[in-house]
Amino acid sequence: MENPRHWRIRKQRYALVGEVCPHCEAKIFPPRDVCPNCGGEAKTQFNFSGKGTVFSFTVMNDAPAGYEKNLPYAVALVKLEEGPIVTAQLTDLGDQPVQIGMPVEMVTRRIRDDGDEKGIIVYGYKFRPAMSSAQ
Amino acid sequence: MREVAVLGIGQTKIDEQWEKSLRELAGEAVLAAMLDAGITRADALYVGNMMSGSANHQQHLGTYIADWVGIKNAEALHIEDACSSGAAAFRSAVMAVASGAVDVAIAAGVEKMTDSPGSEITAELATAADQDWEASQGLSFVALNALIMRRYMYEYKWERDHFAGFSINAHANGAHNPFARFQEPISEAQYRKAPMIAEPINLLDASPMGDGAAAAVLVPAEMLRRGNGRKVIRVVGSAAATDTIAIHHRKDPLWLSAAEKSARQAYSQAQIEPKDIDLFEAHDAFTIMAALSLEACGFAERGQGPRLAMEGEIRPNGRIPIATRGGLKARGHPVGATGMYQIVEVVQQLRGEAGATQVEGARYGMAQNIGGSGSNIITHILMCE
Repeated sequence: MENPRHWRIRKQRYALVGEVCPHCEAKIFPPRDVCPNCGGEAKTQFNFSGKGTVFSFTVMNDAPAGYEKNLPYAVALVKLEEGPIVTAQLTDLGDQPVQIGMPVEMVTRRIRDDGDEKGIIVYGYKFRPAMSSAQ
Repeated sequence: MREVAVLGIGQTKIDEQWEKSLRELAGEAVLAAMLDAGITRADALYVGNMMSGSANHQQHLGTYIADWVGIKNAEALHIEDACSSGAAAFRSAVMAVASGAVDVAIAAGVEKMTDSPGSEITAELATAADQDWEASQGLSFVALNALIMRRYMYEYKWERDHFAGFSINAHANGAHNPFARFQEPISEAQYRKAPMIAEPINLLDASPMGDGAAAAVLVPAEMLRRGNGRKVIRVVGSAAATDTIAIHHRKDPLWLSAAEKSARQAYSQAQIEPKDIDLFEAHDAFTIMAALSLEACGFAERGQGPRLAMEGEIRPNGRIPIATRGGLKARGHPVGATGMYQIVEVVQQLRGEAGATQVEGARYGMAQNIGGSGSNIITHILMCE
């Protein structure tokens, strides 16, 4: 596995660190230093809350190489409450059926590993049903 | 710019071609196109291919294929544009001939997918998506399309069964195409019972992979008008456009803006409107993509693509025939070759050589090849003079 490419985006993977545009206030994830909304320079750090809703979802019954042992797993487009949509796995679902619009929150989970004792284990964000909505 | 015409076409059957290597497949298609065109030399070769570096451990395909087919000293390039590599190669050849830089150009598309195990191919196909922010989360290419389809069904109130017509039409047409991977019709009951890959996409929503190659020979149209008695099939529209590579960055993930933009440009170049198109080889990698393509290209209202399939308007005798030789769904989807198969099939239709699925009196044919999940879309319009 390519260690540096996972390591250099650790702030995004572990803490959803993005940017906010100083010109139009659009929130940007992942960071790209140029605002996709207004085209201005946008390098101001912004920490996302990790709260959002399910915009769409599916369940993987057939995984790409490296992800087979997680099967079956749910993946989703999650619309963060600050605006951007992220692509991520859903987790901790239990028996709960997933629905579009379901509130979810970000947690840090194991994404993949090399399947033996060598190599890194990639951790990153997944989304689980929001605790507050379960109350 | 010079007017450009297609002089010859060639293709291999799409299948699990265990006996044939990458270059043998490409060579078969290129030599068939050269034979059809009646030429023995070419100035340039453009090879569209997505994954030979990883799936076949072979890059440098321009040289590799030019050497194999014996067009010595010709200029040759390998063009990679994910699933739209085939159309990208064709467009490169069109521009080369139109500009006057090249007189005889060959465009080819080839993909040899069965040299690697399935799960590796699944991972390689996902490299068309954003590796850091989509694929590395464990999504396959099917899953990305499933996310679009689920949201589309939710917003526009469609059920899964409403997409069956796309698959049924493709298989009905593929049954008459000897080059198609699948040559058997399917029923609505079979569609309903097909196993789920990534809900709501089942096996009969998804196009099959396969090994295959297709090619075309392009020359200045003027060269043909000097008369050899053959129909002149001219490229009257060629346009390409991009969208964000990741679905989650699109303002409207349910709209193929690159399809809209490239189709509009192609219509404008050809000086026609959507109603003038006699057949449309759409990129039906998944049934949802056929629906979105029909909408973006002006054949259906937003959110109403499935209605054309339900009403039979996409059949060869309908208002806007698609997948007339089987489409990606039944002919097969050898990724980087697909765009060239679409061109070959449009030429067959315009020549009147499409047999049982011939669109009567076809004059304008459109081919649209989609790279990624709608990220890079290339539209061509061909016309029979």
